[in-house]
Amino acid sequence: MDYFLTEEQQMIVDIARQITDEKIIPQRAELDEKEEYATEILNEIAQADLMGLYIPEKYGGFGGGGFEIVLALEQFGRGCVAIATSFAASALGAYPILLSGSEEMKQKYLPDVASGKRKAAFALTEANAGSDASGIQTTAVLDGDEWVLNGTKQWITNAGEAQVYSVVAITDKNKGARGASMFVVEDTDPGFSCGPKEKKMGIRASATCELIFKDCRIPKDRLIGRQGMGFITVMKTLDLSRPGIAILGVGLGQAALDEAVIYAKQRVQFGKPIISFQAVQHMLADMAISVEASRALVYAAAKHIAQHPKDMSKASSMCKVFATDMAMKVTTDAVQVLGGYGYMRDYPVEKMMRDAKILQIYEGTNQIQRNVIGQELNKEYT
Amino acid sequence: MKIIVCIKQVPDAKDVRLDPKTNTMAREGVESIMNPFDRHALEEAVRLKELHGGTVTVVSMGPPQAEEVLREAVSCGADAAVLVSDRAFAGADTWATTYTLAKAIEKLDGFDLVLCGKQAIDGDTAQVGPGLARRLNIPYVSYVRKITGVENGVIALHRLMDDGYDEVEMPLPGLLTVVKEINDPRVPSLKGKMKAKSLSIAVLNAEGIEADPDSIGLPGSTTQVVKVFAPHFKGERAMLEGTVDEQVEQLANILEPYI
Repeated sequence: MDYFLTEEQQMIVDIARQITDEKIIPQRAELDEKEEYATEILNEIAQADLMGLYIPEKYGGFGGGGFEIVLALEQFGRGCVAIATSFAASALGAYPILLSGSEEMKQKYLPDVASGKRKAAFALTEANAGSDASGIQTTAVLDGDEWVLNGTKQWITNAGEAQVYSVVAITDKNKGARGASMFVVEDTDPGFSCGPKEKKMGIRASATCELIFKDCRIPKDRLIGRQGMGFITVMKTLDLSRPGIAILGVGLGQAALDEAVIYAKQRVQFGKPIISFQAVQHMLADMAISVEASRALVYAAAKHIAQHPKDMSKASSMCKVFATDMAMKVTTDAVQVLGGYGYMRDYPVEKMMRDAKILQIYEGTNQIQRNVIGQELNKEYT
Repeated sequence: MKIIVCIKQVPDAKDVRLDPKTNTMAREGVESIMNPFDRHALEEAVRLKELHGGTVTVVSMGPPQAEEVLREAVSCGADAAVLVSDRAFAGADTWATTYTLAKAIEKLDGFDLVLCGKQAIDGDTAQVGPGLARRLNIPYVSYVRKITGVENGVIALHRLMDDGYDEVEMPLPGLLTVVKEINDPRVPSLKGKMKAKSLSIAVLNAEGIEADPDSIGLPGSTTQVVKVFAPHFKGERAMLEGTVDEQVEQLANILEPYI
């Protein structure tokens, strides 16, 4: 379907598509198998000026809203969700600086993130703080002109590969949600280290590790925004970034649909291509319907959210749930259409199914998203 | 370093069909692309520019729509583009093409290095690069798979051979034709695409390059394509059996009438 993109938006799609077809798809199986970070491909994306799509022009970016990065992520998601996740995680790490950082902080970090010279990462989750972010135990204490951080972050995407980390830490235990603050930690800061790489079910070409802060001392001006505003920045960041995860579901669903249709046309059983059987046709039709419906919702939500409206949380959560649940179903159905071949690693759909699962979990589980939507509905109808 | 890259627009080889009636290539509906080897030449030029500074100018001889590949080249890092185009250039073989390109390049603002793909995937002659060097009266090396350095007006490189490679040094100005092993071409950048969109492309025609009318196009060509046909493969085959000596004898008998 034609979504009436502007000429510039179409250029972004064309470049991202070319990177996906020429660089990502030929390498994805090997990178997945070896659990290798796609440094060269990410450099290629940076070289093509796509790292700073959401960053204002005055900090070296393209100056687009959230929709442009969604267009690029759709293509990357079609190629490999692991590589797309590494790309998206850098944006997630930079958003807190963009949203709440001082002018000096923006000048210092955003141009490097936009050019791809430095990658960013976002560090919220801990062993006891997942869906319930109030369980955060990492602390930051002001000591003279420095903050001293202690604690451990878990499952941080781009850990060990990023140079700039946006980290949530408790600055006042007694203030609840108002007691959290965000900080920029650089990879070279004393007392900062990364744990070993996690072994994952899917998105295996992305880097996921612990971040360890052991009397990690950082300058006072690394506080992002004001003290106690950490959760507000986190919530705003996630509201803006969730369409980026939703669209990975669309790209991935499209890739699975493509594989399933191509296979169904070629595979002959009972003397006919299996696409001629209604049982298969109906599965493919349902897959196509749900991919297109998800795309329409995510595009609409991304454009809506780019205006920073009041109800952005609901729109953001709705598109994330819908498109990622779709991706899980469509990739599972694609494996079913390919049958035994689909289950083999020689075909790409088993990886797609493994990769789809994380989309329902990270950046807020789909259960938490439904909570958000429900709470917003409750507020709207009072 | 002033670098000129010669690029050609060719039909996408994935999509080549012959018109069964006329036996000519069906161009309608066939996508045109930048000759794949030229993408490698362009990439190498852009890398040299990034390393040593300078400019990259792309030159293409072709019909007006060849402008598309010139814009693509600019989106991938070229600074300027020149289209060499005139109805009078039509039907040129490699002899007339090298003459035309050389006359056009002489009109440009000088150069240190000319880069070409080793051959175009439509004609597959691999003659234009070396022929152009001869016309420009400069040295050339073909089948370059690596540039190892540029120093004091000398370029050092590896030339791909069947059984390895030669290390070669060539004084500049000179011309190189490159093989695909030389690099992995980049995709266009967003800023490059925007620049390419608005760039005005200079067009040089026969008059503009002061070409001798008898040396260009069909009149200037020493060869002509008389007929194009798709080869037919007949499914005939025979298995020879017996001892080696017996099989050799049988084979000799089969071949004898053709000698």
